[in-house]
Amino acid sequence: MNNIITTDRLDLYYGAFQALINVGLNVEQNKITALIGPSGCGKSTLLRVFNRMNDLIEGVRTTGSVKVGGEEILGPGVDLVSLRKKVGMVFQRPNPFPLTIYENVVYGLRIHGEKDRKVLDQAVEKSLSSVLLFADLKDKLSSNALSLSLEQQQRLCIARLLAVLPEVLLMDEPCSALDPLATMRIEELMLELKKRYTIVIVTHNMQQAARISDECGFMLLGELVEFGPTKRIFTAPKDKRTEDYITGRFG
Amino acid sequence: MKRPFEYIIEKLVLLSGIASIVFVVLIFAFLLKEGLSLFANESVFAFLFGRNWYPISDPPQFGILPLILGSLLVTFGAIVIAVPLGLAAAIYVAEIAPLWLRDILKSGIELLAAIPSIVLGFIGIVTLAPFLKTIFNLPSGLTALAGSIMLAFMAMPTIVSIIEDSIVSVPKNYKEGSLALGATRWQTIYRVTLPAASSGILAAIMLGIGRVVGETMAVLMITGNAAVMPVSFLQPVRTLTATIAAEMGEAVGGSGHYYALFAIGIVLFVISFIINLLADMFLHRGRGRKRR
Repeated sequence: MNNIITTDRLDLYYGAFQALINVGLNVEQNKITALIGPSGCGKSTLLRVFNRMNDLIEGVRTTGSVKVGGEEILGPGVDLVSLRKKVGMVFQRPNPFPLTIYENVVYGLRIHGEKDRKVLDQAVEKSLSSVLLFADLKDKLSSNALSLSLEQQQRLCIARLLAVLPEVLLMDEPCSALDPLATMRIEELMLELKKRYTIVIVTHNMQQAARISDECGFMLLGELVEFGPTKRIFTAPKDKRTEDYITGRFG
Repeated sequence: MKRPFEYIIEKLVLLSGIASIVFVVLIFAFLLKEGLSLFANESVFAFLFGRNWYPISDPPQFGILPLILGSLLVTFGAIVIAVPLGLAAAIYVAEIAPLWLRDILKSGIELLAAIPSIVLGFIGIVTLAPFLKTIFNLPSGLTALAGSIMLAFMAMPTIVSIIEDSIVSVPKNYKEGSLALGATRWQTIYRVTLPAASSGILAAIMLGIGRVVGETMAVLMITGNAAVMPVSFLQPVRTLTATIAAEMGEAVGGSGHYYALFAIGIVLFVISFIINLLADMFLHRGRGRKRR
C-alpha cells in the first residue's frame, strides 16, 4: 500500500469560519478516491488544499500537515509551480483556454519552458490519445478549443493536464456540466487513467462515487466523518450520519 | 387612468429616440451641403492631396495633406505612448493591485478624464513645451511631440478603463486553469488573460484613437500650428481639428475658405465614423465569442 497524499490534523479557516476540521486521510496510489457529502461540506475546499488553489482566496489560513509524495506542501517555502505540475486539477465547468486545441494541450509544456516542436507535437498526440480525442481531432488541431462539445472540452482539459506528466489528478465534479452519456464515457476514461495516475474526485453524485471509486470519504460540515473502501462505506457504514446520507435521508 | 399615461410616456420615449437619429442626419446633411460646395471649383484630389494650405492668399490653395499628416503624426505618437502605458496600468489595476489601491487608482484615472482639455493644453504650454525645448535644443517646444504627449494623457483614461473592464470580464476559470497547471501569475496574464481580452483591448485602442483624432483645444494650443508638411516629431504641425477651430472665426461665410473648413469637417466625420465602426466590431466580436 502506497500513500501518495496524507493529511494530518488539517484545519482550514476562511477568515473566522472553519471550513475543514481536523481532517486526516490517506490517498492511495493508482486508486480513485471519492469525496462525497452535501453542498458546503468542505469537499471542494479539501481538494483545493492538495494543489494549494485556496491560496487564490484572500483570508484563507491552513494549519496541520499535508504531504504529497512524502513532501510537506503547506507553509510558505513550497514551490507551487512544481507542486501544481505534479498535482493537476480538472474543474467543474470545462475551462479550455480560448486558444487552439493544439495550444491548449501544449500550454503546460510551454509555461514550463519546452520549445522543441517535436516534443510538443508528440505530447499533443500522446495526451489526446490518452483521452481518446486524437482520432477525432487530429485534423483540426488548429481550430478554437471553444468550438468543441462540452464533453470534448472536458477531455481536452484532462489531456492538457496529462501533457505535463502529473502524478495526481484532482477532479472537482468533472461531470456536473455533462449529460448522462458523456458522464458515462468520462467515467470510463477515469477507470482507464487510474492505471497510470492517482485520482481524487469530488462528486455530489453518490452513484458516481459508488460506480468508480475504490476509496470513499464522507464529509459533513467540514469534518471527514468516515473514510474507507467504497464498498464498505456504501454497504456497512459505521457512522449513523453516513448511513443517513447514503440512504438518502438528507443531503 | 393608467392607459393614456402609458401611451404618452411610450410616445415621448419613442420621440426622443428618433430625435437623436434625426439630429445626426441633419448635422451630416448640413456638413455635406456646405462642404461639398467647395468641390464646385476645386477637385477632390487637389483638396485631399494638395501640399499647400494657403486659404486666404490669392488665388487660395486648399490642400489639406499637411493637415491630414499632422493629425496622423500626432495621433500615432499619442497612441504609441498611451497604449503601452494604458495596457500596463490596466493590467496592474485589474490583476495585481491590492483591493484598497485598486479603488484609489480607478478614481484617479477617472479624475484624469475629468480634467478639461484646455487645462491640459495650458499645463502643456507652460511646463511640457519649455522642457522639450531645453532637452532637444529646439527653437520652440510647441511641436508634434508635445501634442502627442498631452493627447496620450487624454486618451489614457478611455484606454485604461476599457482594457481594465475587458480583463476583469475574462472568466475566472481560465485563470484558475492556467494557475492549476503551474503557471505563474505573469504567465497566466500574458498567455491566457490578455489573449482572451484581446477584442476589448483592440476596441480600447480604437476608441483612444477616436478621442485623440477629435481632440481640438489642447492640440491647437500646443502643437505650434504650422500648416507645413510634417517630417519630424520635433517640428510644429497643425491638425485637421485645430485648423477648423483656428480659422472658422475669420472665414467669410460663403467663401471658398468657409466651404473648405466644412469639407475638413467631412473628412474628420468619415475618420471618426470608421474608427467607431472598427471599435464596435471588435467589441461585438468579443461578446459574440463569450456568449457561445
